[in-house]
Amino acid sequence: MHEMSIAMSIVESVAERARQEGCERVTGIEIVVGRLSGVQVESLRFCFDAATRGTPVEGAELSIEDREPSGACDACGAEFPVAGFHACCPVCGLFRVRIVSGEELAVKTITIE
Amino acid sequence: MCDTCGCSPEGGAVLRKPGEEGYHVHIGDEAGHHHHHDHGHGHDHGHSHGNARKVEVELDVLQKNNLLAERNRGWFQAKRVLALNFLSSPGSGKTTILEKTVPLLSGEWPVAVVEGDQQTTNDADRIHALGVPVIQVNTGTGCHLDAQMVQRAVRELDLQERSLLCIENVGNLVCPAMFDLGEAARVVVISVTEGEDKPLKYPTMFHHADLVLLNKTDLLPYLDFDVEKCREYAMQVNHHLEWIEVSAKTGEGMDLWKAWLTSRLERI
Repeated sequence: MHEMSIAMSIVESVAERARQEGCERVTGIEIVVGRLSGVQVESLRFCFDAATRGTPVEGAELSIEDREPSGACDACGAEFPVAGFHACCPVCGLFRVRIVSGEELAVKTITIE
Repeated sequence: MCDTCGCSPEGGAVLRKPGEEGYHVHIGDEAGHHHHHDHGHGHDHGHSHGNARKVEVELDVLQKNNLLAERNRGWFQAKRVLALNFLSSPGSGKTTILEKTVPLLSGEWPVAVVEGDQQTTNDADRIHALGVPVIQVNTGTGCHLDAQMVQRAVRELDLQERSLLCIENVGNLVCPAMFDLGEAARVVVISVTEGEDKPLKYPTMFHHADLVLLNKTDLLPYLDFDVEKCREYAMQVNHHLEWIEVSAKTGEGMDLWKAWLTSRLERI
């Protein structure tokens, strides 16, 4: 259940950023979670409430943008959407796919007051 | 609650040393210990919501761990320490591989070990019996090692220049995949008593690995494990993977493992 560590690290970095901005409360967080980031969105939501308790982030609205993964073939260079790390190139049929996107795990914006 | 001093580390990790009953250090005691109680800042949370503003931040969620991992990595490089992160499901033979690796390198390269487990010093005790420096990280409820635990643990090891540091992660093919420790390479151990489709079931782990050690090959005659299929699945998930088949028990293939280690050690 590494989502608890992830949730705590979001809370920590967001609270610090809010302090730098001269604010004491965070009321909204927008994060991007790529489907290959290794984070389960449902577990993260579940942990988020516990991780925010007693912090300046308590009660903040968490919105999560899902990002679909894409890959590129190291053999023929084609680019295409992929479902996971086990991906076959639809053009040349080889399993030599490099993941281009879908591993993102970042806070995009925070709403502070 | 900590069973040694009775304090409550809030599920935090603890360092232990084999043969030193009273020794234990709570990771985060000195810095970065975060209490999620009411802060009592006395600030007014002000119920006027008129001054809310949205700020673009683009923060990497794992930034804190990644920065610490890079510090570890730089320190290992400067000290010419080859740090390897060993990952697998519980029971694949990581500790036995390490027990057999120490004598393989003895007289040539010093070895030190960080052991990660939720509880007990059983693995560290086994390594300690070989006379090499070892420290146990008990993660408590934690399912993985992180860069801070490793940073704190290696401080206790007094690492030698030009040596090998083996970090045995918590037995788990899911969570440890996300946490960079500052290692030079990730070694995933699978044993032939597991399913050959492990790379397809846990692709994130195999995608981020550098080497697979297929262990317990001495048991192959008694099992239906298809080595070629397992290797093919692993390569499909990560076509840069290296692959070595060993039996830590009989020593079969351990010469290839030693050659892999030596070539890496000579380059650091």
